Amino acid sequence: MSNQLTGIGASAGIAIAKAFVLENPALEIEQTSISDTGAEIERFEAAVHRAKEELEVIKNHANEQLGEDKAAIFAAHLLVLSDPELLNAVKDKVNNENVNAESAMSDVSNMFISMFENMDNEYMKERAADIRDVSKRVLAHLLGVTFTSPGAITDEVIVLAEDLTPSDTAQLNKQFVKGFATDIGGRTSHSAIMARSMEIPAVVGTKTITSEDVEGKIVIIDGIDGNVIVDPTEEEIAQYTKKKEHFEAKKQEWAKLVNEPTTTKDEKHVELAANIGTPEDVKGVLENGGEGVGLYRTEFLYMGRNELPSEEEQFNAYKEVLEKMDGKPVVIRTLDIGGDKELPYLNLPKEMNPFLGFRAIRLCLEETEIFRTQLRALLRASVFGNLKVMFPMIATVGEFRQAKEMLLTVKEELIGEGIQVSEEIEIGMMVEIPATAAMADVFAKEVDFFSVGTNDLIQYTMAADRMNQKVSYLYQPYNPAILRLVKMVIDAAHKEGKWAGMCGEMAGDQIAIPILLGLGLDEFSMSATSILPARSQMTKLSKEEISSHIDHILSLATNEEVVTYVQENFATEEL
Amino acid sequence: MAEKNFTVTSESGIHARPATALVNKAGQYSSDVTLDYNGKSVNLKSIMGVMSLGIQQNSEITIKAEGSDADEAIAGLTEVMENEGLGK
Repeated sequence: MSNQLTGIGASAGIAIAKAFVLENPALEIEQTSISDTGAEIERFEAAVHRAKEELEVIKNHANEQLGEDKAAIFAAHLLVLSDPELLNAVKDKVNNENVNAESAMSDVSNMFISMFENMDNEYMKERAADIRDVSKRVLAHLLGVTFTSPGAITDEVIVLAEDLTPSDTAQLNKQFVKGFATDIGGRTSHSAIMARSMEIPAVVGTKTITSEDVEGKIVIIDGIDGNVIVDPTEEEIAQYTKKKEHFEAKKQEWAKLVNEPTTTKDEKHVELAANIGTPEDVKGVLENGGEGVGLYRTEFLYMGRNELPSEEEQFNAYKEVLEKMDGKPVVIRTLDIGGDKELPYLNLPKEMNPFLGFRAIRLCLEETEIFRTQLRALLRASVFGNLKVMFPMIATVGEFRQAKEMLLTVKEELIGEGIQVSEEIEIGMMVEIPATAAMADVFAKEVDFFSVGTNDLIQYTMAADRMNQKVSYLYQPYNPAILRLVKMVIDAAHKEGKWAGMCGEMAGDQIAIPILLGLGLDEFSMSATSILPARSQMTKLSKEEISSHIDHILSLATNEEVVTYVQENFATEEL
Repeated sequence: MAEKNFTVTSESGIHARPATALVNKAGQYSSDVTLDYNGKSVNLKSIMGVMSLGIQQNSEITIKAEGSDADEAIAGLTEVMENEGLGK
């Protein structure tokens, strides 16, 4: 009898293979007394030796699969296992206190872990996790506990785990790992994002997949509908094999659209762009036929480090993206930090309501040096492509004017220094705060474009924290309240001859796309992998026809009514 | 015994990859090698020791070596400091 679990489809596709549970064994350390300390030390050295051998394999594998950059972490892990301070401290403890190697290793590594955890530098704090990782590997050997690392997988499997850490996902080999399912996580968790960029089917947030009896059984991952089937019947295997073939045929069909413009059934053109976080993401944008970058989130340049990125570093990143996009539009959003995205090295005070607090443009207008450095880098890069600058979290016209003023001042300075700056840069803003949607007609006279950030717009409009599970039912993208605000923004832009885009998850959503098209949205910016399905859907939709339904859609009462109406009246792309 | 002072010029101080390179190099010598910074002295063959110092840009550091190959150690480590753009 098969067993079906439901989670969140994190990466579309179907995979059928044998289960492989990525164990995260609890290591129980017991302190015992040792008489033959020499033998105990030998046992310790043997365990360290085996741990190093494993790490060598993982490092080489990471080198081949992911490049030297990602493999560097394992070189550092190896060095920890050669660290005389660590090794000698453990040996001394065994010798002097006559304790077993497990407890000595555990005590010594805990001491180092707490030392790193207590440093006030975020980078160093993260190193504590590295030491924990390495120490666990040695302890597992001492205790005779099997401890599997995803890099060691050499059969075709579906990986099942409570969660996958960045170092776990870095080791996944697409050749063998056909898909994965986790107990925890959501669409935007690290593992989900990785799955989409690796293009392997994944379901996250199943809550209990690792507690099921899965050993040696076949598992089906349905990343389209978010289902996991353990020990499927023959009929189910046949049914999902068919679904898999169907999906892959769809993918083939979509692939034909890579170099095609996005055209609706009534021959209207819209732009399908992609959201990116780093210059490396541009490859995926082009492979998926992106017509531009609708949102380059520059905050990743500032994260995972212990100081601000220099002007040169930023300039190089922006230039790289602009050059690779080869004249296609690139909307770069200035620093959007604060809220859920912290920068420890800025030492900002903790806030009661970070989403309503000191973040994004509010921070940049106060910390003007940070902002100036970024603006200089952006403007210097502008001559290498089609740059559009976008300010996040604008609430008032005054803020927009102030930010634009700073940009123009920096531009004058650069020109004064004899540095070339493009004359074609458009300056626009995100619409995330309901106040700006309400004032869109006034803003439209001053901006070159709008881009609606739906995640925040929804949370601010519904007054519901999207991180809070208890109120997550209020995250209603199709609620007519949201749609009416979006309409105000698009209409205001068009009245002034400007363009309006959208750069939230909603822009690539099969239900939202027909409505947004009918509302007249000009640019849809989404995950790169959503572009081709969206382009395919567009060919089946008539903008003229949908626009005649808009008044009715906006008069509906609930989120659900809108969904039902769209499903009954317009083509959605069957995944 | 041999020793040499450096000013750390690298923007990100001494961490991660450059620290790995320094520690790897120090491990090639039989001499005891230490890194002194801000009144603290750590074993330069210990990655955790070096990282625990959290050395930032513009710090003054001293590398000391004591043993039969002390001079070679200082020369080798100077090379790493310079090649990795860590300091001079």
